[in-house]
Amino acid sequence: MIVAEHLVKTYPVAGGSVRALDDVSLTVADGEVFGVVGESGAGKSTLIRTLNLLERPDSGRVLVDGVDLTTLPEAELRRARHRIGMIFQQFNLLSSRTVRENVALPLEVTGVPRAERRRRVDEILDLVGLGDRGESYPTQLSGGQKQRVGIARALAARPSVLLSDEATSALDPATTESILALLRDLNRELGLTVVLITHEMDVVRAVCDSAALLENGRIVETGRVPDLVVTPGSRISRALFPLGERAPEPGRTIVEITFTGLDSGEPVIARLVRDHGLDVSILGARIEALGGRQTGRIRLSLPGSAEQNAAALASLREPGRLVEVVGLADPEAAR
Amino acid sequence: MIDPTDPAFWPRLWQGLLQATGETLVMLVVTGVVTAVLGLLVALVLLATEEDGVFAAPFGSRALGRTINLVLGAIVNVTRSVPFIILMVALIPVSRFLVGSAFSLQGTIVPLSIAAIPFFARIAEIALHEVPPGLVEAGRSIGASPVQLLARVVVPEAVPALIRGFTTTLVTIVNYSAIVTVVGNYGLGSFAYINGYQRYSVIHIIAVVVLLVALVYLLQAVGNRLASRLSHR
Repeated sequence: MIVAEHLVKTYPVAGGSVRALDDVSLTVADGEVFGVVGESGAGKSTLIRTLNLLERPDSGRVLVDGVDLTTLPEAELRRARHRIGMIFQQFNLLSSRTVRENVALPLEVTGVPRAERRRRVDEILDLVGLGDRGESYPTQLSGGQKQRVGIARALAARPSVLLSDEATSALDPATTESILALLRDLNRELGLTVVLITHEMDVVRAVCDSAALLENGRIVETGRVPDLVVTPGSRISRALFPLGERAPEPGRTIVEITFTGLDSGEPVIARLVRDHGLDVSILGARIEALGGRQTGRIRLSLPGSAEQNAAALASLREPGRLVEVVGLADPEAAR
Repeated sequence: MIDPTDPAFWPRLWQGLLQATGETLVMLVVTGVVTAVLGLLVALVLLATEEDGVFAAPFGSRALGRTINLVLGAIVNVTRSVPFIILMVALIPVSRFLVGSAFSLQGTIVPLSIAAIPFFARIAEIALHEVPPGLVEAGRSIGASPVQLLARVVVPEAVPALIRGFTTTLVTIVNYSAIVTVVGNYGLGSFAYINGYQRYSVIHIIAVVVLLVALVYLLQAVGNRLASRLSHR
């Protein structure tokens, strides 16, 4: 388990200082994939680099498996880092070393004997699907292959945690998908806890169990993805289901209904039309598989104000289903 | 005045050239080895004790790191600013102390090395600086110690650039080695100066220049070849 408590980090800039992390706390459960999303400059990179103390926070604590990294002496901190792998946007592979030698680096650092090193490198290269590229140099590999080497290197010393610093941001969509699938597999097969930062919601959709939204160095929203989806007003949820801009529609109420699981089959629209006699129009809809569950959101436009539609909307509310009025009818125009 | 029509002229020329070339090579090789080791060491200390270096705060003290960096940097700068001919004269007592005699072939190694070490140190420092910071970060993330970071990440990644820089340094040592004429008649530079300038033999000068050009070309070719063979960027 990873627990960050009240992390604060400021950087000096010309004419003052900037707060990259402003009282950030978060908890990552064992074996989950936790995504931190946010725009560039939100402090994501600082946050993830604080989790293995590549960046030392001004105040606050970082506990990995119960050990407070911020109080460890240098040598013990280095030992703790053997338990925390990290992968990078730019891969950061050593150009002077072959794939095998890159992957062996953490094992050399920890003093693993040569024969065992060789065995472990073979094993981990097979795991990431690069069993036949061991003697290549990084320049001879594609971006996706380089990131696979990065992952193999990060996992060589059998860490329990993997930190991913925008690991797919330099990759094309198809490669991104395959790398995310690999991370998902490793998470499941090895029970690996993964913390990743990203600016791509696709990454959250594809692999994250939990997510946090970072803005100006603060966590403004956090939770398990299935919960966030049915949390009213969740910005992460909104980003997961981009339904486009809401065009102003005078005299109508705009409603978004989120279905989790497969109750999407329920005739919600039919019910609105039949039971409430409403003239419903569909403005947008999207279905995503989140954590293996079909989840959908639909945006409807109903005639009249929210009050006039209150009864109809109430009849739709059910556990596991979120009904949100996102656009209110303009009372002037309704007259 | 040397007479080129003298039957002994050519045999003497070849004989002299051979010996002078040997002496130049001795100066070059010994100074080169000393410079490679100590110059790289100085560069590593300069790099490591920088603000964000891996030994920015040796024994937990940034003040110590900053002091080491400033003092070493100053020594390098001062040594680099003194003209070699002056440096050599100034170092006569040091050579005597270190190798017993200032006016001997081994005595020339001291000033040559002391001039070449800071020269190479600056070039090596630039080469080490060119290693992407992300690689050092990756090394730190796997729990590498400062020494491991330097030995397993920074230096190996800088090897091609270090070789190119060292090649430049060797050419500079060849250049400096002509000036040892001040302390004695050693090497190709002295041979050309004494026989060509002081005894008016243009042939001697031409012969030495041809040899030196060939030597520099050879060094550069080997350096380039080696650097590109070891570069996998």
